[in-house]
Amino acid sequence: MRECVGMLLAGGEGKRLGALTNHIAKPAVPFGGKYRIIDFTLSNCSNSNIQTLGVLTQYSPLELNRHIGNGKPWDMDRRYGGVSVLSPYTAKSGGDWYSGTADAIYQNIHFINQYNPKYVLVISGDHIYQMNYQKLLDQHKRTKADATISVIEVPWEEASRFGILNTTDSLRIYEFEEKPKQPQSNLASMGIYIFTWETLKAYLVQDAMRKTSSHDFGKDIIPAMLSDEKRLYAYRFNGYWKDVGTIQSYWEANMDLLNNEQSGLSLGHNSWRIHTQDSNYPPQFIGEDAVVNHSLVNSGCFVYGRVEKSVLFSNVKVEKSSAVSQSILHSGVKVGRNSTLHRVIVMENTEIPEGTNINVDENDEPIVINQEILNGMLAMTGGVKQ
Amino acid sequence: MKTMMGLINLEHEHHVFNELTYFRTHASIPFAGRYRMIDFALSNMVNSGINEVAIFARTKYRSLSDHLGTGENWNLDRRNGGLYIFPPDWNDPSDVSKGDLQFFHNNRDYFNRGKSDYVLISGSQFIANINYSEAFKYHVDRGADVTLVTTAVEELKEEHAPYFRIQADDLGWVEDITNDQTNPLLFTGAYIINKSLLMELVDDCIAYNRDHLFVHGIREKLSELKVVMYRHKGYGAFINSIESYYRHNMNLLTEDNYLELFFNPPFVKTKVSSNPPVKYYNPSSVKQSILANGCEVEGEVDKSILFRGVIVNEGAQIKNSIIMQRCTIEEDVYLENVILDKDVHVRKGQRIIGSKDKPFVVAKRSDI
Repeated sequence: MRECVGMLLAGGEGKRLGALTNHIAKPAVPFGGKYRIIDFTLSNCSNSNIQTLGVLTQYSPLELNRHIGNGKPWDMDRRYGGVSVLSPYTAKSGGDWYSGTADAIYQNIHFINQYNPKYVLVISGDHIYQMNYQKLLDQHKRTKADATISVIEVPWEEASRFGILNTTDSLRIYEFEEKPKQPQSNLASMGIYIFTWETLKAYLVQDAMRKTSSHDFGKDIIPAMLSDEKRLYAYRFNGYWKDVGTIQSYWEANMDLLNNEQSGLSLGHNSWRIHTQDSNYPPQFIGEDAVVNHSLVNSGCFVYGRVEKSVLFSNVKVEKSSAVSQSILHSGVKVGRNSTLHRVIVMENTEIPEGTNINVDENDEPIVINQEILNGMLAMTGGVKQ
Repeated sequence: MKTMMGLINLEHEHHVFNELTYFRTHASIPFAGRYRMIDFALSNMVNSGINEVAIFARTKYRSLSDHLGTGENWNLDRRNGGLYIFPPDWNDPSDVSKGDLQFFHNNRDYFNRGKSDYVLISGSQFIANINYSEAFKYHVDRGADVTLVTTAVEELKEEHAPYFRIQADDLGWVEDITNDQTNPLLFTGAYIINKSLLMELVDDCIAYNRDHLFVHGIREKLSELKVVMYRHKGYGAFINSIESYYRHNMNLLTEDNYLELFFNPPFVKTKVSSNPPVKYYNPSSVKQSILANGCEVEGEVDKSILFRGVIVNEGAQIKNSIIMQRCTIEEDVYLENVILDKDVHVRKGQRIIGSKDKPFVVAKRSDI
């Protein structure tokens, strides 16, 4: 038996991330010089002592499956529990894709039941934050809630972009509004839920029968619970949290790592370390004339040029007389001599030939390039791109 | 298929590491930013297709077993074969063996149970990226009893003194194994031997009260055995003293050496950690250096090697130095030609300067 089983939704396509999610699911997108987005939630689970976890995959799951493996980096390679990847399946009674977040859990009720838990934690694998779920669970138990939803205060002017929870002073939720035009509160749902399993199970079964339902936690399950006057509470979270849903926010979240003092997002924390598969590359080599400032650089890199305000994943090479700034270079990227990159996200193994200049204006959204996009750009401009 | 099993024999390795080996065996001294000395011997074996490796470890093996764990990082966590660390604990009242023969005698099961007919034996002090498969093919093709892996040293130095020199004929058959200090052809400590012969030599050495398998079993019986040599070309370093340790670390700051040792796939493997990428602050200045993950740099680092999790605060200067895991260098510290062992804390404004030939070594966990 497990007190609390985690269910991590990782099937999202992340359409607004453009080329970054052409071939991989959003949770598998590389982040922070060494990690994938899902590492934050996986590490939150292992650091919060959630030892049994189902990861629900659907969209392009190959890299995600390989990354999670047997769960070793998160200490989730266990005889009992540990991590299980749960993909859509067929059975005697038929089978189908996961049609919504609630449906994904509904189709895996048997998985959760194996552990006979009292509570279920439902989280999503595409957010960047560091959170101790035990504190959420503690509050859930203290308030004897049916569901507890983690919330974060957002600036009032942005509140209409979020799912907003209206609560009493004691944080009991009486209303949920998805992207309200005139928000009454600035407590936004972070998409992190703890449910008392018996209650949730009943609602999932009920919801599955409703043909008109979109089978979504925010749109269907939570409203249904509210209309039945179930005990729903908000849990206030004060740390860093970001949904890296767009290229702009993906870039910003990476830059937030460089300004950890202001942003509060830090990888160096020994007590809340983010774990991932390690590539076992040799240490980085910084050349004689190199200048590296205000950046994150992973192992296996060779830097001979100038790197500023950038994030370099493993095995990246920046040649002499080149300058990389406010950019994110994924693993295996090579930047040839006399090149400049400014506000560019370069995908895995892209080779940037000598003398290439790609500079994105400060006011524009950073651009994502891979080898194919780059070749297209070079063909159009005859070798040099401004 | 013909296969080899591996043995890393730490017995009889001559070394003078002073502070660096107070609390650890010489094979687990940190090297090149994130490795331990033994990683090279071990990775070379694994990268040559060896699935089971034993280690004869007589002393101070806590850090070694901590580092190696289940062997997972070298793909040696196996149902069949895998990694075996043999400490010196045995209670056979009839045992009369001495020296490394104690290890061979008391761990016969390892050899007898292994399915391979050949054994690759090496020490830990020759640092190189070698694929032994070629040497193995050579051993079989030449029909040798023993194949010694050798290397020619360009410039003979003090560190080379303890290693045997090889004299061979034009066909590579070994004629003599000497201590001739003028001969630049050195035995690297690695050799391939037929397992049945190895076990015979073990019995023979024990019967005649010998205490060194290689010296008495192979060197003294050279005329009775078919011993051939296989020459390793390319980067290689013998490390057995503070001086050679320091110099060879510094040599890796030359890109060619670094590439040859580390970027010839398959890579040298070591224990992985969850350290985040290196964080460079503004301002920071890092030139011609090797840094492992988890470091945070605000100060100046020049021609130095920083192991995992080293913190260099603003205004600190580090030159020609080796800073091991989790050291903290406070503001305005000046370090030149020093080796800081793990977890050393250097307080604000301190200056420590060693000489190029004799770096200043600070023992583990010191607070300065």
